[in-house]
Amino acid sequence: MASSIRVRATSNGDITEVQTLIQHPMDTGLVKDAKGELIPAHYIQELKFACNGKDVFVANWGTAISKDPYVKFSFKGAKKGDDLKISWTDNKGGSDETTAKIA
Amino acid sequence: MTTHTGPHPTRRLILQGAASVALIGLGNLPLTPARAAANDKYPEEAFKLKNEADAIKALYGKTAEPSDKIKLDAPEIAENGGVVPISVTTTLDKVTSISFFVADNPNALAASYKIPDGTIPAVANRLKMAKTSNVTAIVEADGKLYSATKEVKVTVGGCGG
Repeated sequence: MASSIRVRATSNGDITEVQTLIQHPMDTGLVKDAKGELIPAHYIQELKFACNGKDVFVANWGTAISKDPYVKFSFKGAKKGDDLKISWTDNKGGSDETTAKIA
Repeated sequence: MTTHTGPHPTRRLILQGAASVALIGLGNLPLTPARAAANDKYPEEAFKLKNEADAIKALYGKTAEPSDKIKLDAPEIAENGGVVPISVTTTLDKVTSISFFVADNPNALAASYKIPDGTIPAVANRLKMAKTSNVTAIVEADGKLYSATKEVKVTVGGCGG
């Protein structure tokens, strides 16, 4: 199955810019479906980026993050070809991870 | 067995007391250790709080002062409250975390990001907004809290999905 995580990590020498798009419903638990029943909350709680064995960015998310979340950040200390490991866990115990090469 | 029921009500009372204190008074207690350590764990309670000030306290255990060194980039008007692009950058030194709050959402805390050493203190993300509201970015730098706030007008709320 294709990964839920799409990531683009580009290095301009010193700084690596990371853009990530994740497929996830991010249900708040406040919205009703067509039958008028509440859709239970289902959202990513933690998203981690690790490079060379060190966490470079950790996100704690609530239900106010948009569906199919997007996040962008930059960090120093990596070079082209390094592996960036991305992993998330949601409130129902679901998770996914992927590894991207810094280009 | 009946002889042992005696102490139970007291114990339960104490437990209940402790639980309610934990729910209401997080961050007010002098006992609570520095909140920076809690950043390692998912801050479940802070995300459940409705009020922005309470959520900031629960997350960091202190209050923020406004700073012009934080640049909060958000649209004046968001046509779709379900996807509001919001980003923050700061020139403050020693930034350890950045959080986003939407004051009038059902739960004020939207996201909290940990910024380790070597990571640039700038984040872009997309938030849901139930209605027109102030959006606040909190930056924790060198143990202090700084904030920047901007109002975003929402024409269609983010609750319709």
